[in-house]
Amino acid sequence: MATVFIPTPLRKFTNNTAKVEAEGNNVSEVVKALTNSYPELKRHLVNADGRIPSFINIFVGDDDIRSLQQEQTPVKENSQISIVPAIAGGKPVSKL
Amino acid sequence: MLRINSALLEEIIANVEHFSDECCGFLFGHDMYGDRTLTKTMVAKNVTQGERHREFEIAPLDYLKAERFAEQNNLALVGIYHSHPNCPAIPSERDRLCAQPYLSYIIVSVMNNKFADIRSWRLNADFQFEEEKINN
Repeated sequence: MATVFIPTPLRKFTNNTAKVEAEGNNVSEVVKALTNSYPELKRHLVNADGRIPSFINIFVGDDDIRSLQQEQTPVKENSQISIVPAIAGGKPVSKL
Repeated sequence: MLRINSALLEEIIANVEHFSDECCGFLFGHDMYGDRTLTKTMVAKNVTQGERHREFEIAPLDYLKAERFAEQNNLALVGIYHSHPNCPAIPSERDRLCAQPYLSYIIVSVMNNKFADIRSWRLNADFQFEEEKINN
């Protein structure tokens, strides 16, 4: 099974566990297995269309799956998958 | 509560004070049931493709490296800091929409390239920001 690294903000949905194992032949299948094991993760990792939302990045090793085969990126038994939330923000448009 | 000693507080301020663009970074430390103590900060590059004077974004790989750093050093990644040049240290709607649960969001207000205010915020269960008291 692949090892999935859970980012700090989402660990409360995995019983405060940073690394969990999930089965699947590609990223999509791993995410599905993960959300089956930890249902509260689903609202963060799957949008209404059943896809991984744009504000979540998935890495296999050090590679963003957007530069690979997206959700169909193959996963091996020893793959290290990381879930990476987008970190962004900004001040209001109007100035003081 | 978020405990920050004066040296770390000065470090954060020094990292953002003289810049007209938004600056950002990571906050590491320890979390005891929501009571947090910062022990280290780390500057992050603002990689936004938008207007840097009013937006920030951290590259996903930089975030992943920060998580790995925390794990390797037995620390928790407890938050993110960023500056609001010429604006108060209050989260914008964009800040709220982009915010992650759990993390402390320190905002530093910089007026005319001078430190003005520093405040910390966390999302509540309704995904609204609540102020978190900073102690040093």
